Amino acid sequence: MVLPVVVVLAVLVGYPLGRGLYLSFTDADEANIGRVIGDFHVPATYRFVGLDNYWNILSGKEGSFYPRLGWTVVWTASCVLLHYSIGLGLAMLLNRPMRGRSLYRVLLILPWAVPAFVAAFAWKLMYNTQNGVINAVLAKVGVGAVDWLGDPFVQKLSVIAVNTWLGVPFMMVAILGGLQAIPRELHEAAEMDGASPWQRFRNVTLPGLRPVSGTVVLLGTIWTFNMFPIIYLVIGQAGGTKSEILVTYAYRLAFQGVRDYAGSASYGIVILSLLLVFSVFHRRMLSRQEGSL
Amino acid sequence: MRRGISAAALAGVLALAATACGGDGGSDSDSSGKKAAEDPKGVSGTVTYWDTSNEAEGPTYDKLVKRFEAAYPKIDVKRVPVSFDAAEQKFKTAAQSGKGAPDVVRTDVGWSAGFANLGYLQPLDGTPALDGKEDFLGGPMATAKFKGETVGVPQVTDTLGLLYNKAVLKKAGIAEPPRTWEEFTEAAKTIKKKTGVAGTQLNPEGYFSLPFVYGEGGDMLDVKGKRITVDSPAAAKGVRTAVDMVKSGVSLKPATTDGYVAMQTAFKDGKVAMVVNGPWSVTDDYAGSAFKDKANLGIANIPAGSTGKAAAPIGGHNYSVYRGSKNKDASYLFIKYMASAKSQELTAKEINTLPTRESAYTAEVTADPAKKAFREALSIARSRPVIPGVGDLFVAYDQHYTQILRGDTSAGAGLNALSEEWHDKLLKDYRTD
Repeated sequence: MVLPVVVVLAVLVGYPLGRGLYLSFTDADEANIGRVIGDFHVPATYRFVGLDNYWNILSGKEGSFYPRLGWTVVWTASCVLLHYSIGLGLAMLLNRPMRGRSLYRVLLILPWAVPAFVAAFAWKLMYNTQNGVINAVLAKVGVGAVDWLGDPFVQKLSVIAVNTWLGVPFMMVAILGGLQAIPRELHEAAEMDGASPWQRFRNVTLPGLRPVSGTVVLLGTIWTFNMFPIIYLVIGQAGGTKSEILVTYAYRLAFQGVRDYAGSASYGIVILSLLLVFSVFHRRMLSRQEGSL
Repeated sequence: MRRGISAAALAGVLALAATACGGDGGSDSDSSGKKAAEDPKGVSGTVTYWDTSNEAEGPTYDKLVKRFEAAYPKIDVKRVPVSFDAAEQKFKTAAQSGKGAPDVVRTDVGWSAGFANLGYLQPLDGTPALDGKEDFLGGPMATAKFKGETVGVPQVTDTLGLLYNKAVLKKAGIAEPPRTWEEFTEAAKTIKKKTGVAGTQLNPEGYFSLPFVYGEGGDMLDVKGKRITVDSPAAAKGVRTAVDMVKSGVSLKPATTDGYVAMQTAFKDGKVAMVVNGPWSVTDDYAGSAFKDKANLGIANIPAGSTGKAAAPIGGHNYSVYRGSKNKDASYLFIKYMASAKSQELTAKEINTLPTRESAYTAEVTADPAKKAFREALSIARSRPVIPGVGDLFVAYDQHYTQILRGDTSAGAGLNALSEEWHDKLLKDYRTD
């Protein structure tokens, strides 16, 4: 009965992955890949180049890998940190009994329901230097216009803000679930023992959340690391080369100019490997913590 | 059992790989267009046409399509509006896989050579599509040729000119539009002082830097000498003229995202007095609040650089037939109709396009001041290098020019980096010195 699973995995995961891996060992691009167009036949002339592509990327010869990796890591870390801390804060607020609690929950989940590209375009309009609402508000309070999407540094802050807005609801809901799973008695017992709110938070809430946190942080990291639409759509192409993350760069390789299939595939495999390594370490760390409890 | 499973899985993967690799045999239709030439009324089929014209232009092309269908009842045309920005990649994706590609595509003149080099375009020599080809203007026709074959039929041509708000210039006491970039800068300063309207807003796309580069006698490439010249002192001097405009506030800060839209919106709302733009923008200008009175839009030739010479690049669009099309005969007839002098005259009158045929410049067309002005601007325009991938050059050009205009890097260093990038990625056999 494993057969269907194996077939589905092979078709959905194995073949594309294998094909990508294969391409990353060649110098295939749009011009030398074989094609049949009407009466026009071109045989494939791409060659096997072994590890050349990986060597170019990892040795820094290709030039853009390490700076981009640096920014991708900063981007991922700051987004996930903000997601988690804001999500936790909101979840704590909503976990208290109050009137209209379910309404607030629905409202706070809204951004999560907005498709990423819609969010990207909405924010892009708000960031517009001349006609955007943010600069209009700033002008009202007497602050000069900020070039939100122009300056490379401000650009980075801007996309982090968009992605934070987009990712917090998921964290909030997940953590809320985790909070509700912590037995009330634990808090009550701690209170009886005279623990301050901070002590209760540190010693009861956070440890109780650990299983949920571990999973959502791992998921959030992978998502954010590969968060293509926000970077690509909000910053655009011409001005945003310094704020590109690894996936948007890989996309550019594959879909701009004479398409570099091999280069893009190698980038894809490198990204996949980075995330795999991260996942393994993350899991290890979690299980060690669990063991120490 | 284990082995059985993995064998089955392997077989599945192999089967999949086999179907993915086996392309289809392509079309059997005779591509010479004999049938279309001898018996046009007998040709039937469906022509899918990817049209990259903008929304304001759409209704006119719809009208032409309807007229064509009325003339050839057996041919059905599907006009699919495709956004200009996405069309190049979209067509490449479809053309390479052979799935979902259109029969006829409107391509930017900068894409033609690249598409043809990859084998995506049907040579059109001797087919009805090129009907009356002596009539086409030389500049546009040159963009449709690749390695001795004609792969496109020029549909519209264009170049850049200086568009200005007459009322604002008058208010600032400027009688004549500036003729050099120096005068342009002075005029912009006067306008800002006297009327409060910004002088200009530059568009940070590489294409829009060419008038500055040409004005100093520079160019992107020396194709004959196989040299990259975009970082030559002359070119850098031209780009520096543009940078100075941003630095001194003559130009509003160029918008790094959607720079063109920002420029166009500011101009048609009357927030800037002068812009460098092409004839395609005129219809859109008339829709803006500043040009409700069409006579308020002034059009002059592009200003000259310090060499005293002015030049702007030739742009425009061609009709091309996809090489894998199964409806080639119908496609030829369709292009013949769409690129005819009569059709071009209609689009010129309705949506202000510049015809590519000499005979389409009728008295009625040139009576319009905008068309007359751009027809004149064409006489000092020059074509960009016709090499495969000239469109790709602009991807990197846009990025570097944007950074230069923003002041992130100097004109010299930025153009140097651009030249290196072109050499490393696209023009390996060119010299960079």
